[in-house]
Amino acid sequence: MALVEIRDVHKTFGKVEVLKGVSLDVEEGEIVTIIGRSGSGKSTLLRCINALESVDSGEIRVEGERVHAKMPDLKKFRQRVGIVFQAFNLFPHLKVERNITLAPLLTGRTEKAKARALAEDVLTRVGLADKIDAWPEQLSGGQQQRVAIARCLAMAPHLMLFDEVTSALDPELVGEVLKVMEAMAKQGMTMILVTHEMGFARNVADRIVFMHQGRVWEQGPPAKLFANPETPELASFIASAK
Amino acid sequence: MRSFSLIDLVSLVEALRWTVALVVLALGFGVPLALGLAMGRISRFVGLRWTMAACIQIIQSVPLLGLLFFFYFGMPMFLGIQVPAIIAVTVAYTLYTAAFLGEIWRGGLEAVKQAQWEAGSCLGLSAWQQFRHIIAPQALRLSLPPTVGFLVQLIKGTSLASIIGFVELARAGQVVSAATFQPLLTYALVAAIYFALCLPLTLWSRSLEARLDGSR
Repeated sequence: MALVEIRDVHKTFGKVEVLKGVSLDVEEGEIVTIIGRSGSGKSTLLRCINALESVDSGEIRVEGERVHAKMPDLKKFRQRVGIVFQAFNLFPHLKVERNITLAPLLTGRTEKAKARALAEDVLTRVGLADKIDAWPEQLSGGQQQRVAIARCLAMAPHLMLFDEVTSALDPELVGEVLKVMEAMAKQGMTMILVTHEMGFARNVADRIVFMHQGRVWEQGPPAKLFANPETPELASFIASAK
Repeated sequence: MRSFSLIDLVSLVEALRWTVALVVLALGFGVPLALGLAMGRISRFVGLRWTMAACIQIIQSVPLLGLLFFFYFGMPMFLGIQVPAIIAVTVAYTLYTAAFLGEIWRGGLEAVKQAQWEAGSCLGLSAWQQFRHIIAPQALRLSLPPTVGFLVQLIKGTSLASIIGFVELARAGQVVSAATFQPLLTYALVAAIYFALCLPLTLWSRSLEARLDGSR
């Protein structure tokens, strides 16, 4: 059984059908990168996977459990599925340590005496151990995004979703975030990313999913997909992304 | 006629107790109500949002004097309910406080980005935990200056209670002034007392703003 099973998912915003029957499986430990033009539905699909959006028809299962906005244990589910956003969304009124430990403490994942050690541990994994007492706005964009990743890691999620996490960063800060993600990939984390970083998609992903007009247009291992795109849409997308 | 003496000063200070009492009562009952109104105004439920908005709109469009008249003179006349002056003024100032603070705080809550709620819910926090630990602290800081501004308004606004015979600072000033024929001195003193009450609040608000804004 795949960790994530997506079956014929449809989603409409107003009159616009954003997802037109998407099916996709993601295995445990797999790194799947979703690429495509803006408006192709890739971010919406990602948001559906952790029930930030509900699907109109079809179904999504994570670890066998059907995902929807009204699921009874939504809070528990969200603790297992981490998501990192383009805009970081750190809590500006809390220091880095508290940003990380707030949710583990409130959900009973850790206790007060161990909270700081937990923060130190996850910050070390993103290379920011020395920023534990900083305020978010004292950090660069790349550092803020790494704290956001650390904040997710503190919940020990089984699956991580990344929604264009480098798109809001200055070019010279993109690398440090990608490096952290690459390290997580090597440690066996299951990851689904929406990204415009073709280099990362090519080098780190196990599989590329190309979405076009609300559908999975083409998918496969990066080497094959980038070298021999089967559809003219993917070929032109790759050409334009270079 | 007698000259202004220590007795008069004592009676002013004594009346000040009622001014303070009115403010404390208004805040004691008004703040929880205001919190409820503010939360109702940002609720998911349309019916609740509209009801709260209507309550606030009605109270805000009636002059404070009108509220005082209604609860002191109007209720016995129209509804046959006679209440002591203290109850009437407490109810009037409570509603006044709830409506204005409620609306100020709603603005503060709405000024916090929607993404902050989302970030909290994605970490598995309940709606109440998101409100309590993420949204409310940020909203509080944003709302602090207008909240203290309203507090100053409220302190000065208690002088209206003198109209229905409630002897607070302003009313005591009238009495003393009439007895001593020294209105200039008396009212200057009354003004100074109001000033001494409001200035520390403004200063305290400034220091609190600086402290809550730990990041700068």
